[in-house]
Amino acid sequence: MAQHTEEAQAQGADAATAAGSHGADAAAGHGASAAHGGGEAVGMPQLDVTTFPNQIFWLLVTLVAIYYILSRIALPRIAAVLAERQGTMTNDVAAAEELKLKATEAEAAYEKALAEARSEANRISEETKAEMQAELDEALAKANAQIAERTSESEKRIADIREGAMQSVEEVARDTAQALVSALGWSADDATVNEAVQNRMKGQAR
Amino acid sequence: MAHQTDQSSAQGGGYGRIILYAALALLVIATLFLQPQEAATSIHPMDQFVVTPLFGDSVAWYTPTNVTLWMLIAVAAVFVLLVSSTSGRAVIPSRAQSVAELSYGFVHKMIEDVTGREGLKYFPYVMTLFMFIVVANFLGLLPMAFTLTSHIAVTAVLALAVFLTVTILGFVLNGKEFLGLFWVSAAPLPLRPVLAIIEVISYFVRPVSHSIRLAGNLMAGHAVIKVFAGFAGALGLFGFFPILAITAIYALELLVAFIQAYVFTILTCVYLKDALHPHH
Repeated sequence: MAQHTEEAQAQGADAATAAGSHGADAAAGHGASAAHGGGEAVGMPQLDVTTFPNQIFWLLVTLVAIYYILSRIALPRIAAVLAERQGTMTNDVAAAEELKLKATEAEAAYEKALAEARSEANRISEETKAEMQAELDEALAKANAQIAERTSESEKRIADIREGAMQSVEEVARDTAQALVSALGWSADDATVNEAVQNRMKGQAR
Repeated sequence: MAHQTDQSSAQGGGYGRIILYAALALLVIATLFLQPQEAATSIHPMDQFVVTPLFGDSVAWYTPTNVTLWMLIAVAAVFVLLVSSTSGRAVIPSRAQSVAELSYGFVHKMIEDVTGREGLKYFPYVMTLFMFIVVANFLGLLPMAFTLTSHIAVTAVLALAVFLTVTILGFVLNGKEFLGLFWVSAAPLPLRPVLAIIEVISYFVRPVSHSIRLAGNLMAGHAVIKVFAGFAGALGLFGFFPILAITAIYALELLVAFIQAYVFTILTCVYLKDALHPHH
């Protein structure tokens, strides 16, 4: 195969078409594949040593180009972007920590204020309760006194009325007794009747 | 086969059947109008790897060829991926910038994990290799593209560059102690010379396996796709089976494109570690 290709070089013709000493008919039949593939392969194109200098030359050019693109532009830039992102993230995390601390402080202040307000409210409610209790006690005492006064007054009046009633009863009894005695045909002086009625009433009142 | 698929899709009904009929109709039309010329000879899986000059006939070392064109496209792709995408320098990255940052972080972490912090000095070098290989692999998966990394000349230069860098760096940094890499002091003394021979051989085989692994993987995958494409042309009406296979292999090749770039880069890191710390 190397012979064929050397031959091709010597003739100055395309290696593929000139390799035709054993593939002429095949080469003729395949315009289609030549149209896109470029040429007709004889054996393995990878082993065609005549193309090696060309491939190696362009490969080295390419590698140098890529190396320069990477080491001069791409890699420093990507490294910078990554470092910046890392920095931003660190900063953000620190800021978040700070905010969290602030939030904790605020919460503590809030708790404290709440406790104070609660105790203040308790105090006020206690005070109010005590005041109200005092007022209530006073009012109650006053009312009790009034009630006692009224009661004693009423009792006195009842006693008066009762006494008056007793007297009346005695008079009525005496008069009745007098009338009864005289109706029965007897006579009795007032003193005797009086005594009898009084004795009787004492016995009854006993 | 066709009957089976017809029946099963008829049971499924609706969309599936319509799509199948449309595909069959397309195939019939395609075979009528685009008849494959001599089916037997239409499979040329290796044509895609031929190096052809863009102008003129001969390939000298300086001739602009399809290699040159795709190398240029690769450089442009790397530029777009890593430079244009990061032009915003945004703290909150755009999608393109995220891709650039991810690839940066991927290789950066790989070097740091394998070689330690001292290896980060060589980060631009390793990143160059990774970006070139990964971009070349993915560009090669575009239809009609030329796959740079499928050529042993390209991968051999990459592997030799790594080999020479590691060897020179090893001697420059460690002097004679770099030879301790081959003298396994953990083994019993009589075994050491034998192990030293094996170690030396394996050391010199490294660039070979390093380069052939990459080129071989890509060449094989691309050739298989072309072979199936040839079947698709030759099978006429039944061409959609090879097309399904091509779809599956293409997905696999996407995976291979990344994995091979990763493997090449991590092996570079492992070799670099030997240069930095030659003691076992």
